[in-house]
Amino acid sequence: MSARQRVAIRVRVDPIACDAYGYCAELLPERVTLDEWGYPIVDGTPVPAELVELATRAATDCPRRAVLLERVVVGR
Amino acid sequence: MTCTTMELTERLLSRPSGAVARTDLAGHVAIHGALSLPKRDDRSWSDGVLRAVAESGLLGRGGAGFPSAIKWDAARRGARRPLLVVNAMEGEPASAKDRVLLSYSPHLVLDGADVAAAVIGASEVVICVADDSGPTAASVDAAIAERTRAGRSRRRFSVARPPGRYVSGEESALVAWLNTRQALPTMRIDKSVALTVGRRPTLVHNAETLSHVALIARHGAAWFRQAGTFEAPGTTLVTVTGAVRSPGVVEVALGTPVADILVRAGADAQLSGVLMGGYGGAWLDPAHLATPYAPAPLAAVGATQGVGIIVALPTGSCGIAETARIARYMAGESAGQCGPCVFGLPAIADDLELLWAGRADADLLPRIHHRADTVEGRGACRHPDGVVRLVRSAMALFADDVRAHAAGRPCPGHAAPSVMPFPATPAIRRSGS
Ligand code: SF4
Ligand code: SF4
Repeated sequence: MSARQRVAIRVRVDPIACDAYGYCAELLPERVTLDEWGYPIVDGTPVPAELVELATRAATDCPRRAVLLERVVVGR
Repeated sequence: MTCTTMELTERLLSRPSGAVARTDLAGHVAIHGALSLPKRDDRSWSDGVLRAVAESGLLGRGGAGFPSAIKWDAARRGARRPLLVVNAMEGEPASAKDRVLLSYSPHLVLDGADVAAAVIGASEVVICVADDSGPTAASVDAAIAERTRAGRSRRRFSVARPPGRYVSGEESALVAWLNTRQALPTMRIDKSVALTVGRRPTLVHNAETLSHVALIARHGAAWFRQAGTFEAPGTTLVTVTGAVRSPGVVEVALGTPVADILVRAGADAQLSGVLMGGYGGAWLDPAHLATPYAPAPLAAVGATQGVGIIVALPTGSCGIAETARIARYMAGESAGQCGPCVFGLPAIADDLELLWAGRADADLLPRIHHRADTVEGRGACRHPDGVVRLVRSAMALFADDVRAHAAGRPCPGHAAPSVMPFPATPAIRRSGS
């Protein structure tokens, strides 16, 4: 990892575990919207620093533990 | 370089002239010669076979088209002795190649499995045959017994019978079934992490892929490359059905024009479309029948080799009707685990049935595309993605018919019977309901 790179997180959803409670979209509409059946559509781009806390809450508050935070290396 | 002569293409399906029965061990050795395997772990032999398989350029024949040698190298590096699983589930209703292979030449597949197991150090091989393919399983059982009697087995071979459903043959579903007797795909965050049965790393190979391995181990990479193209070497099995006089499984050199494969099966001169790859495949425009049958050229025209399925749609059949039937079937074959698959596929099938019947509302066409975009990539396995690909290709190829149906004027063929092979009565099975 070079000096320009940093670790960021991105949101993923385990579609098998998810039961469409929709809390994730409520907490993090910047990255999660719901489809017509109430299941989350996730924008997998890295979460900016100011949203990390909300993303973490989305993961811990999901009743099905279906919200996953994945570490990714971003930057050059 | 494309070789399409009969001598070069009858490899897996070669048998004593005139023979139509199953090839037993003696017959198998008479055709292909005996296979010599090292008595115990032999690193230089393994390295040699691995190199030959890598140089042969053999791509997996189970749908993913992954280079076989790379899978092996990862498997033999692990700390535990791996398990080798032979995938002969053949969940695609229009496919018969693995059943044909195991029914007529079971020893070719078992030889390939023996070679792969020896290279990766597996002590056990499990051949998975769907529970509704009794004669195939009997052929494999008989072949295993013949090998045991001949004192050929240095490792344990057994046959497992997972349920014959569309998604049962998905790699993670097969492994899940071996672990829990539930053939459901699992969520894999990182697909490079090995699947495990118990605690053993597990390598899953398609039956046809292993039969090519059996021949590469005998004749080498250069021989294998005498058929096919540089990027897609060798031969492959294709199940051709639909508007053809001789439906069945043919062996062709990769790179053979799709039109030539259709001619071999006696296809009608005029077709309205060609289903390529399977029910999770794509419709090919008959204008593109000169396309070489190989992954890259097919992808360039939006088609796919999939698991080696070609279904010729006769003129006078309705591509929308066929696509709607397939979508409905695929919706019923969802493993019932992921919302976008469970709700999205029936919704898409509903839309297509309205279109088929000429009862479209004003939003129908944009809704089909929107729903296709919505479910794509959102299942734990690729089941929904296959449906999306097929539906999109239908909307493009049958665009004129789509407009007519949407305007309330279904084409004359909309009432024609299906040419698609569907399993007679899908059993009811749905987890969580
Ligand atoms: S909160 Fe959890 S269960 Fe609810 S929609 Fe989001 S991921 Fe699914
Ligand atoms: S995407 Fe569909 S078939 Fe695949 S695991 Fe999910 S529900 Fe099952």
